[in-house]
Amino acid sequence: MTITEKIIARHSGKEVVVPGEFVESNVDLVLANDITAPLAIEEFEKAGAKKVFDGSKIVLVPDHFTPCKDIQSAELVKKLRKFARQHKVRFYEIGRAGIEHALLPEEGLTRPGDFIVGADSHTCTYGAVGAFSTGMGSTDIASAMITGKVWIKVPPSLKFIYKGKRNKYVGGKDLILYTIGKIGVDGATYKSMEFTEETIRNLPMDDRFTMCNMAIEAGAKNGIIEPDEITFLYCEEIGIPSTNFLKSDEDAIYEDIIEIDVSDIMPQVAAPHLPSNSKSVDEYTDIKIDQVVIGSCTNGRITDLRRAASILNGHTVHPEVRCIIIPATQKVYQQALKEGLIDVFLTAGCVISPPTCGPCLGGHMGVIGKGEAAIATTNRNFIGRMGHPESYVYLSNPEVAAASAIKGKICHPDKV
Amino acid sequence: MKVKGKVWKFGDNINTDDIIAARYLNTTDEKQLASHCMETIMPDFSKKIKKGDIIVAGRNFGCGSSREHAPVAIKGCGISVVIAKSFARIFLRNSINIGLPVIELPEADEIDEGDEIEVDFEKGIIKNISKGKLWKFNRYPEFLQEIIRNGGLMQWVKERYIKSE
Repeated sequence: MTITEKIIARHSGKEVVVPGEFVESNVDLVLANDITAPLAIEEFEKAGAKKVFDGSKIVLVPDHFTPCKDIQSAELVKKLRKFARQHKVRFYEIGRAGIEHALLPEEGLTRPGDFIVGADSHTCTYGAVGAFSTGMGSTDIASAMITGKVWIKVPPSLKFIYKGKRNKYVGGKDLILYTIGKIGVDGATYKSMEFTEETIRNLPMDDRFTMCNMAIEAGAKNGIIEPDEITFLYCEEIGIPSTNFLKSDEDAIYEDIIEIDVSDIMPQVAAPHLPSNSKSVDEYTDIKIDQVVIGSCTNGRITDLRRAASILNGHTVHPEVRCIIIPATQKVYQQALKEGLIDVFLTAGCVISPPTCGPCLGGHMGVIGKGEAAIATTNRNFIGRMGHPESYVYLSNPEVAAASAIKGKICHPDKV
Repeated sequence: MKVKGKVWKFGDNINTDDIIAARYLNTTDEKQLASHCMETIMPDFSKKIKKGDIIVAGRNFGCGSSREHAPVAIKGCGISVVIAKSFARIFLRNSINIGLPVIELPEADEIDEGDEIEVDFEKGIIKNISKGKLWKFNRYPEFLQEIIRNGGLMQWVKERYIKSE
């Protein structure tokens, strides 16, 4: 079995599972945010449920429209607070929280071998620690909050073999943008994406989060990386058990095996309006930008801020560009402050936002207008994603975004 | 059950931001969500359509976010069924859970905007009245049919978990 099949089997009371089989699985963690939890709470109450299956395994994180952008979003978060108090579930208030997919691993809530579901498509992020985790809708989450279980169709697995040394400025974001470019935005629909071999074994944890985070942009059910030495060190640092390190069997069956020579990959930029429109940054010669966003559940971790700061240090943001930096969590923010990164950003002329999903989904804190273009370290560049239906979002890694902020147009970090 | 309606045609990779932009997600109200359905890619969609009309699309319909507001908005503005060459997985789950009928039809390309379509869910037949064509569609797997027969996921949960408490 693959690692994904093993985790599903363990949580479904089965020795073996096979792709295509429907199973009911016990979940270790159930997540929802300020957009998806209100619908889940309504369904929970409509069903007449009186109690949750286990409050310690349910997490509500208001992060999309927070700090609340308007009265309606304030009312939504009130629903979360009330439900959390009533049912004693985990609730992370702003000032003690951050973007859910950066926060939960930091809090030690996502452990190797776990089965995690969340009402947010980027819940697949936690595959980076060797967990099975997948996004669902609010009704599925309401059901999981009551029963502690979800139904799932065991996905076939795709094995991605990454070999070779990463070029300068090539990180997890570039590997995943390149991969999605290769297989398309529905290239892994219903399937598991397993990222393996040499390059991955040498890939830092934060880059692994970035890769698994964007598995959904290829339509995947989950993205996953076998736990290894880097995962072990990460577990030690966070203070979580490293006992459930599962690995795919030698004879595990994959629907397809895709080999990628990483030494061919240059920093990638995905053009509007699909994450699969990825090309080397050098192919973009004269794309002027109005805004830069460095943050999100994809690239708002400390490694990302360090990389952005390494480019911005000693430079200033182009006079016609707004550059928004969003540390993903309170802890990331504090660490960036300690390391002097925040000072680098402020001196360069960036604005620092509190942790929020905000502009990534065109919610608030950096929405763009008609005809404007942004380069962002976020995960989606759909039509109108960051604001006006006639605006344009380019996706990149933090170094490329930072370099573009300095030059006022999309450019390779070496050109700064 | 049979439904009949006029077709509104969309392409590949219609994502949840197209279906309902995130800026409208500060509510869970079905009517408010419905009023902004598809507006990013087809302004005034919710005003143009008649109750019972049908969405036909290409590959990967509903990709992107997990927002259940997307099928809620489609159902809320009166669309009776969504037919696509394929669906993104979270959108498919959400639709089944909230009771929006969705059908995978590899021949969806052969249906055009404005065609009159009839769907017979019992027989598993889609009839293109305008073009005089007929297709059989695949039923959901038995496990999903059980959820549908129970009237959606929450009803299924209620029967199995809440009533027995």
